[in-house]
Amino acid sequence: MAEQVYWDDIKEGNEIPRLLKNCSTQQLVMWAAASGDFYQIHYDERFAKGNGLQDIIVHGALKGAFLGQLVHDWVGDKGRVKRFSCQYRGMDYTAQDVICRGVVAKKYVEGGDHLVDVDIWTETGPAADNGRPHNPEGVKTTPGTATVVLPSRAG
Amino acid sequence: MTQESPSLITEEMRAGIGREGPPVRHEVDKTGIRMFARAVGHTDLVFYDEEYAKSKGHRSIIAPPSYLGTPAFSPRTGGGGFTGPGMGPGGRPWRALNGGSEFEYTGVDICAGDVLAAVSKTVSIRETKGSLGPMLITQRETLYTNQNGEVVCRAVGTSLNY
Repeated sequence: MAEQVYWDDIKEGNEIPRLLKNCSTQQLVMWAAASGDFYQIHYDERFAKGNGLQDIIVHGALKGAFLGQLVHDWVGDKGRVKRFSCQYRGMDYTAQDVICRGVVAKKYVEGGDHLVDVDIWTETGPAADNGRPHNPEGVKTTPGTATVVLPSRAG
Repeated sequence: MTQESPSLITEEMRAGIGREGPPVRHEVDKTGIRMFARAVGHTDLVFYDEEYAKSKGHRSIIAPPSYLGTPAFSPRTGGGGFTGPGMGPGGRPWRALNGGSEFEYTGVDICAGDVLAAVSKTVSIRETKGSLGPMLITQRETLYTNQNGEVVCRAVGTSLNY
Protein backbone atom coordinates (compact mmCIF):
# COMPACT_ATOMS: atom_id res chain seq x y z
CA MET A 1 0.00 0.00 0.00
CA ALA A 2 1.03 3.59 -0.55
CA GLU A 3 2.22 5.84 2.26
CA GLN A 4 -0.47 7.14 4.63
CA VAL A 5 -2.02 10.47 3.56
CA TYR A 6 -2.85 13.08 6.21
CA TRP A 7 -5.65 15.65 6.14
CA ASP A 8 -3.16 18.45 6.87
CA ASP A 9 -1.25 17.78 3.65
CA ILE A 10 -4.28 17.75 1.33
CA LYS A 11 -5.08 20.76 -0.82
CA GLU A 12 -8.27 21.46 -2.71
CA GLY A 13 -7.66 20.71 -6.38
CA ASN A 14 -5.17 17.91 -5.63
CA GLU A 15 -5.60 14.86 -7.80
CA ILE A 16 -5.55 11.55 -5.94
CA PRO A 17 -3.60 8.58 -7.37
CA ARG A 18 -5.35 7.07 -10.37
CA LEU A 19 -6.52 3.48 -10.56
CA LEU A 20 -6.45 1.74 -13.92
CA LYS A 21 -8.90 -1.00 -14.85
CA ASN A 22 -9.54 -2.95 -18.03
CA CYS A 23 -12.32 -5.52 -17.77
CA SER A 24 -12.01 -8.89 -19.41
CA THR A 25 -15.16 -10.92 -19.98
CA GLN A 26 -13.87 -13.21 -17.21
CA GLN A 27 -13.84 -10.31 -14.76
CA LEU A 28 -17.51 -9.60 -15.56
CA VAL A 29 -18.37 -13.24 -14.83
CA MET A 30 -16.43 -13.06 -11.54
CA TRP A 31 -18.36 -9.91 -10.67
CA ALA A 32 -21.68 -11.55 -11.57
CA ALA A 33 -20.92 -14.36 -9.13
CA ALA A 34 -19.65 -12.03 -6.40
CA SER A 35 -22.50 -9.53 -6.65
CA GLY A 36 -25.36 -11.87 -7.55
CA ASP A 37 -26.25 -9.78 -10.61
CA PHE A 38 -26.90 -12.35 -13.31
CA TYR A 39 -28.49 -10.04 -15.89
CA GLN A 40 -27.43 -11.53 -19.23
CA ILE A 41 -26.46 -8.21 -20.87
CA HIS A 42 -23.17 -8.58 -18.98
CA TYR A 43 -22.03 -11.95 -20.34
CA ASP A 44 -24.28 -13.13 -23.20
CA GLU A 45 -23.39 -11.25 -26.36
CA ARG A 46 -26.45 -12.42 -28.28
CA PHE A 47 -28.77 -11.41 -25.44
CA ALA A 48 -27.09 -8.01 -25.13
CA LYS A 49 -27.43 -7.31 -28.85
CA GLY A 50 -31.05 -8.50 -28.74
CA ASN A 51 -31.61 -5.79 -26.14
CA GLY A 52 -30.33 -3.06 -28.42
CA LEU A 53 -26.80 -2.91 -27.02
CA GLN A 54 -23.65 -2.99 -29.16
CA ASP A 55 -21.99 -5.67 -27.07
CA ILE A 56 -21.92 -6.94 -23.50
CA ILE A 57 -21.40 -4.04 -21.11
CA VAL A 58 -19.54 -3.62 -17.84
CA HIS A 59 -21.86 -3.75 -14.80
CA GLY A 60 -22.51 -0.27 -13.43
CA ALA A 61 -22.05 -1.52 -9.89
CA LEU A 62 -18.60 -2.91 -10.79
CA LYS A 63 -17.54 0.59 -11.85
CA GLY A 64 -19.00 1.81 -8.56
CA ALA A 65 -16.86 -0.75 -6.73
CA PHE A 66 -13.79 0.43 -8.71
CA LEU A 67 -14.44 3.95 -7.41
CA GLY A 68 -14.78 2.43 -3.93
CA GLN A 69 -11.33 0.89 -4.38
CA LEU A 70 -9.94 4.21 -5.66
CA VAL A 71 -10.89 6.02 -2.44
CA HIS A 72 -10.18 3.05 -0.13
CA ASP A 73 -6.63 2.76 -1.46
CA TRP A 74 -6.10 6.50 -1.18
CA VAL A 75 -7.23 6.94 2.45
CA GLY A 76 -4.96 4.13 3.69
CA ASP A 77 -5.16 2.17 6.94
CA LYS A 78 -5.80 5.21 9.14
CA GLY A 79 -8.48 6.80 6.99
CA ARG A 80 -11.94 5.58 6.12
CA VAL A 81 -14.51 6.03 3.39
CA LYS A 82 -17.54 7.74 4.95
CA ARG A 83 -19.73 7.87 1.86
CA PHE A 84 -19.49 7.61 -1.87
CA SER A 85 -21.93 7.77 -4.71
CA CYS A 86 -21.86 7.66 -8.47
CA GLN A 87 -24.15 7.75 -11.46
CA TYR A 88 -23.93 5.32 -14.33
CA ARG A 89 -24.27 7.78 -17.20
CA GLY A 90 -22.55 5.87 -19.96
CA MET A 91 -21.82 2.29 -20.83
CA ASP A 92 -18.34 0.78 -20.79
CA TYR A 93 -17.22 -2.20 -22.81
CA THR A 94 -14.69 -4.94 -22.14
CA ALA A 95 -11.07 -4.60 -23.29
CA GLN A 96 -10.98 -0.80 -23.02
CA ASP A 97 -9.18 1.01 -20.20
CA VAL A 98 -11.37 2.43 -17.44
CA ILE A 99 -9.37 5.10 -15.63
CA CYS A 100 -10.61 5.84 -12.11
CA ARG A 101 -9.79 9.37 -11.00
CA GLY A 102 -10.48 11.81 -8.20
CA VAL A 103 -9.85 15.46 -7.40
CA VAL A 104 -10.17 17.01 -3.94
CA ALA A 105 -13.15 19.38 -3.87
CA LYS A 106 -13.18 20.50 -0.23
CA LYS A 107 -11.56 19.86 3.14
CA TYR A 108 -13.19 20.67 6.45
CA VAL A 109 -13.68 19.57 10.05
CA GLU A 110 -17.09 18.39 11.22
CA GLY A 111 -18.05 16.71 14.48
CA GLY A 112 -14.36 16.29 15.31
CA ASP A 113 -13.67 14.41 12.06
CA HIS A 114 -11.18 15.65 9.49
CA LEU A 115 -13.11 15.28 6.25
CA VAL A 116 -12.33 15.59 2.58
CA ASP A 117 -14.86 15.71 -0.26
CA VAL A 118 -13.54 14.29 -3.51
CA ASP A 119 -15.05 14.44 -6.98
CA ILE A 120 -14.58 10.98 -8.43
CA TRP A 121 -15.23 9.49 -11.83
CA THR A 122 -14.27 6.85 -14.35
CA GLU A 123 -13.16 7.88 -17.80
CA THR A 124 -12.46 5.82 -20.86
CA GLY A 125 -8.89 5.26 -21.96
CA PRO A 126 -7.57 4.98 -25.52
CA ALA A 127 -9.66 2.69 -27.70
CA ALA A 128 -8.06 -0.66 -28.42
CA ASP A 129 -7.91 -1.63 -32.07
CA ASN A 130 -9.42 -5.07 -31.55
CA GLY A 131 -12.64 -4.86 -33.55
CA ARG A 132 -14.83 -4.73 -30.43
CA PRO A 133 -17.18 -1.84 -29.68
CA HIS A 134 -15.58 0.91 -27.62
CA ASN A 135 -16.08 4.48 -26.46
CA PRO A 136 -14.11 7.48 -27.67
CA GLU A 137 -11.22 8.33 -25.33
CA GLY A 138 -11.94 10.55 -22.32
CA VAL A 139 -15.66 9.94 -21.79
CA LYS A 140 -16.62 10.29 -18.12
CA THR A 141 -19.07 7.42 -17.90
CA THR A 142 -19.38 7.27 -14.10
CA PRO A 143 -19.23 10.61 -12.25
CA GLY A 144 -19.61 10.70 -8.49
CA THR A 145 -18.54 12.14 -5.17
CA ALA A 146 -16.95 10.73 -2.04
CA THR A 147 -16.45 11.94 1.51
CA VAL A 148 -13.55 10.43 3.45
CA VAL A 149 -12.17 10.76 6.96
CA LEU A 150 -8.40 11.24 7.08
CA PRO A 151 -6.07 11.21 10.06
CA SER A 152 -4.73 14.57 11.17
CA ARG A 153 -1.09 15.08 12.15
CA ALA A 154 -2.39 17.00 15.18
CA GLY A 155 -4.17 13.80 16.25
CA MET B 1 -54.43 20.08 -27.54
CA THR B 2 -52.37 16.95 -27.56
CA GLN B 3 -53.48 14.06 -25.46
CA GLU B 4 -51.14 13.20 -22.64
CA SER B 5 -49.84 9.68 -22.68
CA PRO B 6 -50.88 7.70 -19.63
CA SER B 7 -48.47 7.71 -16.71
CA LEU B 8 -46.12 4.75 -16.42
CA ILE B 9 -46.53 4.98 -12.68
CA THR B 10 -49.43 2.85 -11.54
CA GLU B 11 -51.51 3.49 -8.42
CA GLU B 12 -49.97 0.38 -6.92
CA MET B 13 -46.46 1.72 -7.49
CA ARG B 14 -47.43 5.09 -6.02
CA ALA B 15 -48.96 3.43 -2.98
CA GLY B 16 -45.73 1.46 -2.40
CA ILE B 17 -43.56 4.56 -1.97
CA GLY B 18 -42.22 4.69 1.57
CA ARG B 19 -43.45 1.23 2.51
CA GLU B 20 -40.69 -0.90 4.03
CA GLY B 21 -40.19 -4.43 2.81
CA PRO B 22 -39.43 -7.33 5.16
CA PRO B 23 -35.84 -7.55 6.43
CA VAL B 24 -33.56 -9.58 4.15
CA ARG B 25 -30.73 -11.52 5.78
CA HIS B 26 -27.32 -10.64 4.33
CA GLU B 27 -24.43 -12.79 5.48
CA VAL B 28 -20.95 -11.32 5.49
CA ASP B 29 -18.50 -14.20 5.33
CA LYS B 30 -14.86 -14.68 4.36
CA THR B 31 -15.60 -16.41 1.08
CA GLY B 32 -18.08 -13.74 0.02
CA ILE B 33 -15.65 -10.95 0.92
CA ARG B 34 -12.74 -12.57 -0.93
CA MET B 35 -14.88 -13.29 -4.01
CA PHE B 36 -16.04 -9.69 -4.11
CA ALA B 37 -12.59 -8.19 -3.48
CA ARG B 38 -11.03 -10.46 -6.10
CA ALA B 39 -13.69 -9.63 -8.71
CA VAL B 40 -13.02 -5.91 -8.23
CA GLY B 41 -9.25 -6.41 -8.21
CA HIS B 42 -8.60 -5.15 -4.68
CA THR B 43 -5.00 -5.58 -3.54
CA ASP B 44 -5.31 -4.56 0.15
CA LEU B 45 -4.76 -7.69 2.27
CA VAL B 46 -7.29 -6.40 4.79
CA PHE B 47 -9.92 -8.02 2.51
CA TYR B 48 -8.13 -11.37 2.23
CA ASP B 49 -5.91 -12.20 5.20
CA GLU B 50 -7.48 -12.49 8.63
CA GLU B 51 -4.25 -12.15 10.62
CA TYR B 52 -3.34 -9.07 8.63
CA ALA B 53 -6.81 -7.57 9.19
CA LYS B 54 -6.49 -8.23 12.94
CA SER B 55 -3.10 -6.53 12.96
CA LYS B 56 -4.93 -3.45 11.63
CA GLY B 57 -7.42 -3.54 14.50
CA HIS B 58 -10.32 -5.36 12.84
CA ARG B 59 -12.21 -8.40 14.19
CA SER B 60 -11.67 -10.28 10.91
CA ILE B 61 -11.32 -9.47 7.22
CA ILE B 62 -13.50 -6.47 6.38
CA ALA B 63 -16.10 -5.86 3.70
CA PRO B 64 -14.78 -3.86 0.72
CA PRO B 65 -16.60 -0.63 -0.21
CA SER B 66 -20.11 -1.39 -1.57
CA TYR B 67 -20.09 -5.02 -0.34
CA LEU B 68 -22.84 -5.50 2.24
CA GLY B 69 -22.91 -9.26 2.49
CA THR B 70 -24.62 -11.80 0.31
CA PRO B 71 -28.40 -12.20 0.56
CA ALA B 72 -29.17 -15.66 1.93
CA PHE B 73 -30.75 -17.64 -0.89
CA SER B 74 -33.53 -20.14 -0.40
CA PRO B 75 -35.26 -22.11 -3.16
CA ARG B 76 -38.53 -21.49 -1.28
CA THR B 77 -38.39 -17.74 -1.45
CA GLY B 78 -36.07 -17.22 -4.39
CA GLY B 79 -34.39 -13.86 -4.61
CA GLY B 80 -30.77 -13.31 -3.75
CA GLY B 81 -29.92 -12.00 -7.18
CA PHE B 82 -31.11 -10.17 -10.22
CA THR B 83 -34.34 -11.85 -11.22
CA GLY B 84 -35.16 -9.97 -14.42
CA PRO B 85 -36.77 -6.73 -15.36
CA GLY B 86 -40.50 -7.56 -15.02
CA MET B 87 -43.29 -6.25 -17.21
CA GLY B 88 -43.62 -2.74 -18.55
CA PRO B 89 -46.40 -0.97 -20.41
CA GLY B 90 -48.27 -3.02 -23.00
CA GLY B 91 -47.03 -6.23 -21.41
CA ARG B 92 -43.58 -6.00 -22.97
CA PRO B 93 -40.67 -6.66 -20.64
CA TRP B 94 -38.93 -3.67 -19.20
CA ARG B 95 -35.36 -3.16 -20.09
CA ALA B 96 -33.45 -2.33 -16.97
CA LEU B 97 -30.26 -0.43 -16.30
CA ASN B 98 -28.54 0.54 -13.08
CA GLY B 99 -28.68 4.33 -12.80
CA GLY B 100 -26.52 4.96 -9.78
CA SER B 101 -25.49 4.01 -6.26
CA GLU B 102 -24.80 5.73 -2.98
CA PHE B 103 -23.30 4.25 0.18
CA GLU B 104 -23.19 6.10 3.45
CA TYR B 105 -21.28 4.30 6.20
CA THR B 106 -21.75 4.97 9.90
CA GLY B 107 -18.20 3.96 10.76
CA VAL B 108 -19.06 0.64 12.41
CA ASP B 109 -16.73 -2.05 10.98
CA ILE B 110 -18.39 -4.61 8.70
CA CYS B 111 -16.46 -7.86 9.13
CA ALA B 112 -16.65 -11.53 8.20
CA GLY B 113 -19.05 -13.19 10.61
CA ASP B 114 -21.52 -10.29 10.63
CA VAL B 115 -25.16 -10.84 9.74
CA LEU B 116 -26.94 -7.77 8.40
CA ALA B 117 -30.67 -7.16 8.20
CA ALA B 118 -31.40 -5.16 5.05
CA VAL B 119 -34.67 -3.22 5.01
CA SER B 120 -35.55 -1.51 1.74
CA LYS B 121 -38.16 0.95 0.63
CA THR B 122 -38.87 2.86 -2.53
CA VAL B 123 -38.23 6.54 -1.85
CA SER B 124 -39.13 8.05 -5.22
CA ILE B 125 -40.42 7.20 -8.67
CA ARG B 126 -40.12 9.65 -11.53
CA GLU B 127 -40.79 9.32 -15.23
CA THR B 128 -38.94 11.02 -18.04
CA LYS B 129 -38.84 10.85 -21.80
CA GLY B 130 -35.28 10.39 -22.96
CA SER B 131 -33.42 9.18 -26.00
CA LEU B 132 -34.47 5.64 -25.06
CA GLY B 133 -38.18 6.58 -24.92
CA PRO B 134 -40.30 6.78 -21.78
CA MET B 135 -38.28 5.87 -18.73
CA LEU B 136 -39.02 5.17 -15.09
CA ILE B 137 -36.42 6.27 -12.55
CA THR B 138 -36.86 4.51 -9.23
CA GLN B 139 -34.81 5.18 -6.11
CA ARG B 140 -34.69 2.62 -3.34
CA GLU B 141 -33.10 3.11 0.02
CA THR B 142 -31.80 0.21 2.08
CA LEU B 143 -30.76 0.38 5.70
CA TYR B 144 -28.34 -2.30 6.90
CA THR B 145 -28.35 -3.19 10.61
CA ASN B 146 -25.89 -5.66 12.12
CA GLN B 147 -26.41 -8.44 14.67
CA ASN B 148 -25.79 -5.96 17.51
CA GLY B 149 -28.57 -3.65 16.34
CA GLU B 150 -26.10 -1.08 14.97
CA VAL B 151 -26.89 0.59 11.65
CA VAL B 152 -23.77 0.11 9.51
CA CYS B 153 -24.78 1.56 6.16
CA ARG B 154 -27.49 3.39 4.28
CA ALA B 155 -27.49 2.66 0.57
CA VAL B 156 -29.54 4.27 -2.19
CA GLY B 157 -29.83 2.62 -5.57
CA THR B 158 -31.32 4.15 -8.69
CA SER B 159 -32.78 1.87 -11.33
CA LEU B 160 -33.83 2.85 -14.82
CA ASN B 161 -36.60 0.97 -16.61
CA TYR B 162 -37.46 1.71 -20.21
